[in-house]
Amino acid sequence: MSVVFKKEVLDEFEIIANRYPTRRAALLPALWLAQREFGYLSLEVLDYIAQIVKISPVQVYEVAEFYTLFHKKPVGKYHLQVCRTISCALNGALDIQRAIEAHLHTKPGEITHDKLFSYELVECLASCHTAPCMRINEDYYENLSPEKVNEILNQLVKENNQNAI
Amino acid sequence: MQFEPQLTKRFNIENSYTLNVALQHGAYASLPKLFSKKPEEVIEEIKISGLKGRGGAGFPCGMKWSFIPKNSTKPIYLVVNGDEGEPGTFSDRAILSKDPHLLLEGVIAAAYAIQAHVAYIYVRGEFFREIQILNQAVEEAKNSGYLGSKIQGSDFQLEVFIHQGAGAYICGEETGLLESLEGKKGQPRIKPPFPAIQGLFGCPTIVNNVKTLSSVPWIIANGGAAYAAIGTKDSTGTHIFGLSGHVQNGGYWELPFGMPMLEFIETYGRGVKNGKLKAVIPGGSSTPVLTAQECEDLTLSYESMAKHGTFLGTGGAIVINDQTDMPQILKNLTHFYAHESCGQCTPCREGTAWENRLLQKIIQGEATARELDLMVEIAGNMEGKTICALAAACAMPVRSFIKKFRGEFEKYLKPSGVTVGIQL
Ligand SMILES: Cc1cc2nc3c(=O)[nH]c(=O)nc-3n(C[C@H](O)[C@H](O)[C@H](O)COP(=O)(O)O)c2cc1C
Ligand code: SF4
Ligand code: FES
Repeated sequence: MSVVFKKEVLDEFEIIANRYPTRRAALLPALWLAQREFGYLSLEVLDYIAQIVKISPVQVYEVAEFYTLFHKKPVGKYHLQVCRTISCALNGALDIQRAIEAHLHTKPGEITHDKLFSYELVECLASCHTAPCMRINEDYYENLSPEKVNEILNQLVKENNQNAI
Repeated sequence: MQFEPQLTKRFNIENSYTLNVALQHGAYASLPKLFSKKPEEVIEEIKISGLKGRGGAGFPCGMKWSFIPKNSTKPIYLVVNGDEGEPGTFSDRAILSKDPHLLLEGVIAAAYAIQAHVAYIYVRGEFFREIQILNQAVEEAKNSGYLGSKIQGSDFQLEVFIHQGAGAYICGEETGLLESLEGKKGQPRIKPPFPAIQGLFGCPTIVNNVKTLSSVPWIIANGGAAYAAIGTKDSTGTHIFGLSGHVQNGGYWELPFGMPMLEFIETYGRGVKNGKLKAVIPGGSSTPVLTAQECEDLTLSYESMAKHGTFLGTGGAIVINDQTDMPQILKNLTHFYAHESCGQCTPCREGTAWENRLLQKIIQGEATARELDLMVEIAGNMEGKTICALAAACAMPVRSFIKKFRGEFEKYLKPSGVTVGIQL
């Protein structure tokens, strides 16, 4: 994989960078673009970002490390983030975790062998009134039950198989 | 309760997030009045309204705006705090997705009052869909002359940019947020200097919560005195209160301040789920817990919360039923704070982790009264000794849970020789 942005992405980045009086302020947006383009932030990607933001690599590493939404290792095609915090816990978050682990045979922080799913536990997602909840990629899934979780996961497998045909 | 909704008035209208629909239902109607006033008159109006910051600290909004130095030679920034990470809190997300133009109308008013020409809206990274909606709203507003230069025929110019966070509760703390916006780790700054003097990129900056700014258009349109007439004497206006946890019907509702907590839970939450009321964490997970008995004369207001030794916080109440084991809940919360501590202050980094470890030990039945007392002692060493309030936000639940539900913690303890008996 050659880690450089395509011309369009580089242009997109320059437009964003112009919104700030310092170039470094465009670091988080740059990392978001990189994650969108490359799936996760490998060391190579981080070094490339340091180049285009014009800061030292270590300044990029420490920022990538600090924020939990930046993936430092590959994640599945469907990345599950399951809330473990108080309002979800009071409404059965543990049952949701168990249902996912039984369905995918994974533990938090792991990725399935077919690389289709990865799963992690996260803190409050600001959807406490519809607990228990999780995110998959960019979408929220709310008012979950173990049955609903199984349905959602089966649906995603089906969607993936259809796309493959 | 009879009142005119201000924050949620367009929530139930289809496609209320689009400019066309929002305009048909009164969006941006406060702008002519805004631009007919001088900036300092706008600040005065907000002071009269009594509007307090809805992000958690409850600081008077008009007073904060007046801290911006007059005749600043540096640019002035407005920053909107849409990081919404406090457990139990979820109504900023509703405004962002259902009525982004209400927020933008408030942003224009605040920026005009402090004479900022650039505003950044910092939104937590998980709100991917909300950010899409907000970006579209900014684009539409710009194309129709509500943002950009000479807004609605005035001389005022304003650019608004959306900045996506990346998953860190501490970036909700205003100086952590500013660091994050500058492309750094979100580690809070030592204050003073306060952001109003030296904030974003070293320039005078006002940071306000999404709901605070969304309250401003109504005040501009109707006057500060009219706003102050709603609610109670010290808690003016309306707020979007939330309910989660053990309620039949979790959700958020806009209400004037002052409704009794129990009525709120009964009427809007349709009562407690799977048991009877045991406790309420009234304003987000950082606020001291109250027993069911303490809730009897509690109202949704800053002053009633203060009278009960707790805070209104974000207005998101977490309801706990009598089937719940309080040490387990506190363990869940201390895990949150230990995970989210940014690590630069020793009392916070070590204290939050120790509270969590001690609770695990207690719950596993391996601790004595000494460890329980130690938890209280550690909490005492966290409050007021750190750069930001996250350490206190962990210490307050620890103290209040152990003080009010000590028996439940003691059930887990092994017998020991002596109890040190720390004063709570
Ligand atoms: C640990 C911590 C987390 C915070 N998180 C948020 C948040 O997510 N959203 C918010 O508006 N304020 C949050 N605050 C409060 C902000 O520091 C600040 O007081 C607020 O944004 C000011 O806006 P307001 O005066 O309009 O409330 C947090 C404070 C602390 C100490
Ligand atoms: S109190 Fe905690 S979160 Fe706040 S600055 Fe110190 S270490 Fe960071
Ligand atoms: S506690 Fe799970 S979304 Fe808030």
